[in-house]
Amino acid sequence: MKSNALGVIEEKIDHRETINIEDARSILESDDLIKIAMLARKIKFQKTRDKIYFVFNKHINYSNLCVSKCKFCAFYRNGNEPDAYTMSVDNIIDEIAGMHKGIREIHIVGGLHPNLQFSYYVDMISSIKKHFPDMNIKAFTAAEIDYFSKISGLDYESVLKILKDAGLDSMPGGGAEVFSERVRRKLYPNKIPYEKWAQIHIIAHDMGIPTNATLLFGHIETDDEIIDHLFKLRHLQEISPNFLCFIPLSFHPQNTIFEGQIKKVDAVRELKVLSLSRIILDNFPHIKAYWVMLSPKVSQIGMHFGADDIDGTIGQERVTHAAGAKSPIGLAKEKIINTIKNAGFTPVERDALYNELEIYN
Amino acid sequence: MKSIYKKIENFERITEKEGLKLIKYGDFLQLAYLANKIRFKKHPDKTVTFILDTNINYTNICNIKCSFCAFYRDKDDKDAYTFSIEELKQKIRNAERKGIETALIQGGLNPDIPYSYYIDTVRELSKSNVYVHAFSPPEIDLMSRISGKSIKDVLKDLKNAGLKTIPGGGAEILSEHVRKKISPRKISTNSWLDIMRKAHKLGIMTTATMMFGHIETYEDIIEHFEHLRNLQDETHGFRAFIAWDFKRENSALGKMSIKDATGMDYLKIVAMARIYLDNFDNIQASWASQGKDVGEIALHFGANDMGSMLVEEHVMEQAGFRAESSVEEIAELIKKAGFKPALRTTSYKVVQYL
Repeated sequence: MKSNALGVIEEKIDHRETINIEDARSILESDDLIKIAMLARKIKFQKTRDKIYFVFNKHINYSNLCVSKCKFCAFYRNGNEPDAYTMSVDNIIDEIAGMHKGIREIHIVGGLHPNLQFSYYVDMISSIKKHFPDMNIKAFTAAEIDYFSKISGLDYESVLKILKDAGLDSMPGGGAEVFSERVRRKLYPNKIPYEKWAQIHIIAHDMGIPTNATLLFGHIETDDEIIDHLFKLRHLQEISPNFLCFIPLSFHPQNTIFEGQIKKVDAVRELKVLSLSRIILDNFPHIKAYWVMLSPKVSQIGMHFGADDIDGTIGQERVTHAAGAKSPIGLAKEKIINTIKNAGFTPVERDALYNELEIYN
Repeated sequence: MKSIYKKIENFERITEKEGLKLIKYGDFLQLAYLANKIRFKKHPDKTVTFILDTNINYTNICNIKCSFCAFYRDKDDKDAYTFSIEELKQKIRNAERKGIETALIQGGLNPDIPYSYYIDTVRELSKSNVYVHAFSPPEIDLMSRISGKSIKDVLKDLKNAGLKTIPGGGAEILSEHVRKKISPRKISTNSWLDIMRKAHKLGIMTTATMMFGHIETYEDIIEHFEHLRNLQDETHGFRAFIAWDFKRENSALGKMSIKDATGMDYLKIVAMARIYLDNFDNIQASWASQGKDVGEIALHFGANDMGSMLVEEHVMEQAGFRAESSVEEIAELIKKAGFKPALRTTSYKVVQYL
């Protein structure tokens, strides 16, 4: 690494130039964590000033049955296990109805289910939209869209068009993992490759469905594979500028076949990759320090490492509060606002499309 | 603020007023940057040390009942205990067998323990190969009261029995209005400082601690730093500074509505300590206080030491907090953060690079 590599990068950032692959390597090789954070935060300030976004959302994982069986996954079941489950559309509606009224985003992802029909997914979206017209529906990763195409015999355009007409507002960024054929063959050979992931996101973007993008790191990938992944996304955003947010996800080996072989990536590495993402993806409006993955502590620190979003409350629980008591959601909201303020930023509540709902000064 | 940053960058001492401005309004990353700069001036290479030790709490009976404490018991409580010197020797033998070189020995303020117990403990345990690091200032004060001897004579007796260093506990926040609220029966700021001064003058080196994250203000923290910096100018007897954040579970103070210190709060304190305590060589990042993630990150906020790999620790455990680790794991964490791990002695000498 050149001795003043970070200084060169700083000049580029000040001139709003994008860094190159060599620069990116210097960042991952550097031990100057604080300087890296300062560079990333500079871009964050250029884009979102002192705002940190959060959202009240509800995660729906409609089923844990999956035919993809990725090696890094602890969630999937084959179907005959006692804890295998599939939710009916009615279950899903009940689950959302049991939640606090403040929910603005429904985040839906599931496995690649062996026997559900495409109509189930369309019903799910249209029923949610019908019952909860105020909520944004962010649903189905590119891996699921590809699978719907297979089971329905429809092409990607048609699948997305039908879902959009049913009420789909945006798509999450999952299923990207690492855009490396080497890693894909080893860890998730049944999952769609980069080209298909990119194709699906471009079609969605063209149709007016904004999407997110992710990276799963901290397993067997190399530094260069991380860098390549980020530059691929930067390029995609250039040709199809409808990505809202990028979320780096660190691999959690527990309950996967890698438990005991791979250690969960350390916090300094997580922060470095977060900052690197902010620096390379200078054409992405938002970078998320996802607190569920990073822990609330590291996610808060991540606000100074380039993130402008910490996701939301992710209520799984039905609100069963006694009269007079604050609901868990209410407490969570206060906690999120305090955490952002404690970090020295302005909390902004958003919806799935990053419309600003309320600024908490 | 720029002039304060500049001053620090030129390695000039900052005033209380400047310290207060810095802790209140200083930029988080700027603090880290400045703290690191000082850290690398004092310790130009990337060594990060830690110690393998055991923490023996010889009694949990305590009559000062600080509101932040989950450890103390009344002597009639079912789970109250006081180890005999024989039991302590057994624990030291166990530690020796595990290859542990240092024992941190502290306990509650139990007025029924005779003066001879403390002196004998030091004398007997010092016969082993385990280094004895024992008795914080409140315990020294108790020894003085029960024996009728002066602080200086107590310290001399302990020294003659073999004690070379004492831990920096009982400092909490060295600000009287905070102490009156959270630990009204514990020794005052002045007594704490005076015991440390007398120890240093007898050649007994010590550390200094701070427990923050409860009712203290930034003014109180700066006052705490100021007391420590002044005494260090006078004696140079503090080897290190260690900050802990308050663990609220099972304590009276924890039941009052106060917010937990965040990881960022902890990092800020570490950086501020490095900047303000310009006459301290070693600033610890206690991974046991805020968890490994924050402990690791703190190495980039001016800390040059990872504290201890405790083999037995009871006080924080009672507060519902348990952080487990191994020498290998801490060494790996230090490496991943970009530093060189080394085991050290209580006097901060490197024993072995890992």
